[in-house]
Amino acid sequence: MRYSALQILKQGLTGNKGWTPAWREPEPRTEYDIIIIGGGGHGLATAYYLAKEHGITNVAVLEKGWLGSGNIGRNTTIIRSNYMLPGNEPFYELSMKLWEGLEQDFNYNAMISQRGILNLCHSDPQRDAYARRGNAMLMAGADAVLLDADGVRKLCPDMDFDNARFPIKGGLWQKRGGTVRHDAVAWGYARGADERGVDIIQNCEVTGLQINNGVCTGVDTTRGKISAKKVAVCVAGSSSRVMSMAGMRLPIESHVLQAFVSEGLKPTIPGVVTFGAGHFYISQSDKGGLVFGGDIDGYNTYAQRGNLPTVEDVCEGGMALMPNLGRARLLRMWGGVMDMSMDGTPFIDKTDISGLFFNGGWCYGGFKATPASGWCYAHLLATDQPHETATQLRLDRFKRGRMIDEKGVGAQPNLH
Amino acid sequence: MIIHHPLLGPRDAAEFVYLGDASLINRPDASADDAAEQFYEYQYLRDNVAGEMRELWYHEQGDRSWLVVTRNTLTHEISKVELARDVARANGRDR
Repeated sequence: MRYSALQILKQGLTGNKGWTPAWREPEPRTEYDIIIIGGGGHGLATAYYLAKEHGITNVAVLEKGWLGSGNIGRNTTIIRSNYMLPGNEPFYELSMKLWEGLEQDFNYNAMISQRGILNLCHSDPQRDAYARRGNAMLMAGADAVLLDADGVRKLCPDMDFDNARFPIKGGLWQKRGGTVRHDAVAWGYARGADERGVDIIQNCEVTGLQINNGVCTGVDTTRGKISAKKVAVCVAGSSSRVMSMAGMRLPIESHVLQAFVSEGLKPTIPGVVTFGAGHFYISQSDKGGLVFGGDIDGYNTYAQRGNLPTVEDVCEGGMALMPNLGRARLLRMWGGVMDMSMDGTPFIDKTDISGLFFNGGWCYGGFKATPASGWCYAHLLATDQPHETATQLRLDRFKRGRMIDEKGVGAQPNLH
Repeated sequence: MIIHHPLLGPRDAAEFVYLGDASLINRPDASADDAAEQFYEYQYLRDNVAGEMRELWYHEQGDRSWLVVTRNTLTHEISKVELARDVARANGRDR
């Protein structure tokens, strides 16, 4: 069923009895062309683009829990393409362009709101670094504006501009950045994939990979064996656990990132704002809640919860940037498990095992990448060649000395 | 998380800096024929276990000793804390 204003009118006049489920709940078949492990944002996007762009519909998405129960529902919903390095920025800009056309493309309201993202700077060298980043963004076809303090003041008058230690000197403004209704992204992709014939199978945990003589031929699941010509792993947060079934060790550690939401307030900040002197970012949801976060906790964990020292650190950053934040009450906080890679950059690649593909290592930047991740992964699965924007996102880049280290901190996952 | 430091007693984890898997103590032999491969695996690949893990914590805001902490990555429960020095010596290292 196509969603439209006319459809709402029609259903409204007929007692809303004609709405159908957004996707089926099929039983798993014994064989597929492609199995995607992980029914999160990236897995569902991959299935959607495989069906829509490449015409491959004999596909199953296997999800351990319920659809979209992982990080697609636990993030802070920010989209942006303000990266710098050549191996990264074109990929994220592709993602931004896909976001811009997404709702029309998959006929689902994802509440994409391009209210802009502002990275604040607090010193002259930091402003210079942002000028360089802005130029790199422009060269990749993205948008960027370098603002001075007055420019920032017009956007966000309530910040602590004259902070003694970290005065606000200006900022890098990407107008096309913003926020998206995160769950709707999973639902929209799921509905679009299902409509085209993809089987989305929930409550179906993969317990083993069938690998013989270096060829992956299928998976063992809690709902039986399923064969496939290609198996595509897409389980960021649990990548090491799944890939260990193939005997692989990854350049990834799992860490927890916490996020916070305040009570609903009247509009107080225009888009997304990041503090440049500490790790703190904040936006305001459509319901009025301030959505914010900061650093990962910094130790390996698979528990979807963090500890209080990080909460304190995030709140200190927030108070330094927006002292009025102290009057808002915190409504909720939660944690999500991140694949932290060794250079802070993800992977979309084949493995040494024929028929086994890997997508992961998204650190805490996976949400904004959802459309491009699905687009490029589908391209790789369909054509056996990496997409032109993802040629650098390879598993062997550390061996070849071709890391993509935006932050320049080296092989220390908890610092990325 | 409270880390029971073998010398200083219970300390808040916020006083520590986290490095990662305790296997980082065992630096590969640089003169081995396959040293490049060994160093690649040492530097970049991780077991990333879900469950009990031995890991290196540095007491930066304290006595600056390195500890090997045995902690469950599913529950954050800490079951054992040793001085990294003792662990390295037990493995035959001189310091």
